[in-house]
Amino acid sequence: MLIALTQLLFCQLMGEVIARAFDLAIPGPVIGMSLLLVALLYRQSIPEHLETTAEGILSHLSLLFVPAGVGVVAHLTVLGNEWQAIIGSLIGSTVITVLVTGWVLQRLHRGASHES
Amino acid sequence: MNPDFGEVWVYLSASPLTALTTTLVAYLMGDWIYQKSGKMPILNPVLIAVIVITIGLTVTGIDYWTYFEGAQFVHFLLGPATVALAIPVARLLRTMRSGFGALAVALVLGSATAAISAVFIAELLDASEQTVLSLAPKSVTTPIAMGIAERIGGLPSLTAVCVIMTGIIGAMLGPYVLNLARITSWDARGFAMGVAAHGIGTARAIQINQEAGAFASLAIGLNGLATATLIPILYSLWQWWGGS
Repeated sequence: MLIALTQLLFCQLMGEVIARAFDLAIPGPVIGMSLLLVALLYRQSIPEHLETTAEGILSHLSLLFVPAGVGVVAHLTVLGNEWQAIIGSLIGSTVITVLVTGWVLQRLHRGASHES
Repeated sequence: MNPDFGEVWVYLSASPLTALTTTLVAYLMGDWIYQKSGKMPILNPVLIAVIVITIGLTVTGIDYWTYFEGAQFVHFLLGPATVALAIPVARLLRTMRSGFGALAVALVLGSATAAISAVFIAELLDASEQTVLSLAPKSVTTPIAMGIAERIGGLPSLTAVCVIMTGIIGAMLGPYVLNLARITSWDARGFAMGVAAHGIGTARAIQINQEAGAFASLAIGLNGLATATLIPILYSLWQWWGGS
């Protein structure tokens, strides 16, 4: 648990350093995730301690968004008098995106399995 | 007010311990309601927790930044949690032998749809240009979205709010939409949630099914990259279109 947590934080730290050193638009944690992914694919196996810790953190991933969510309510004033347009756009666009992405992938994967 | 209680209150309202405990209790309440409802996606635990805490802050008059002093310990874990997404993705990539082309096509189409539909609907509803530009990157993870918004002339703080709202909307409505459209395979369901609703959609997918969670995790990273590349291109096309 402690070793896994240290490894996760270390990857994030490396990611933050790389993001800042090269002035990248990609956030440090995302670079850290890529670094860990490359390391795991190179090793060809996932250490058990990392697997259990990751499972523990990720099963409560929703919880981690709560403080930012409260921040959204506190900053709802930025929506201003355009809130109807913004909410309409967010709902409409999210529904359409879920549909298009899911439909395309299911369609293409089904097509592929029919061929083989 | 009793002076002793006043003293206790001063301690409680400023201590990170209160904010931290409140966050966990509110989330557990949200999760309890969600589980009791038979896991109805509309009763999203994040949304319930946010509403409960907001009511609490309003009633007690504690401002957001005082709350965040304590809640930041939870917020901080988003970093290592994002890194941890490498584990389901690695597991997925090691077992996946084909289908990468299909993922790439779904990714590019999904990423473009997210940006174009958001802009199109906002334009249709008469939003100002700055608002329209702030909405374009709303389907990717917050720091990337804010960076993109800044680059094309949107308002990063408005984008940050829209990103979180998109995540909650996606987690709430996504499963219903996927059911209605008869999208049943876990890979497509997970990937769609990750592309449309980033981390909050992924968090939902992880709790529902392992395969869906892995595909959603893969989608967050990929969509961050795809959108960061695609939006500036779409933006210059749009400028060129509008300018001629």
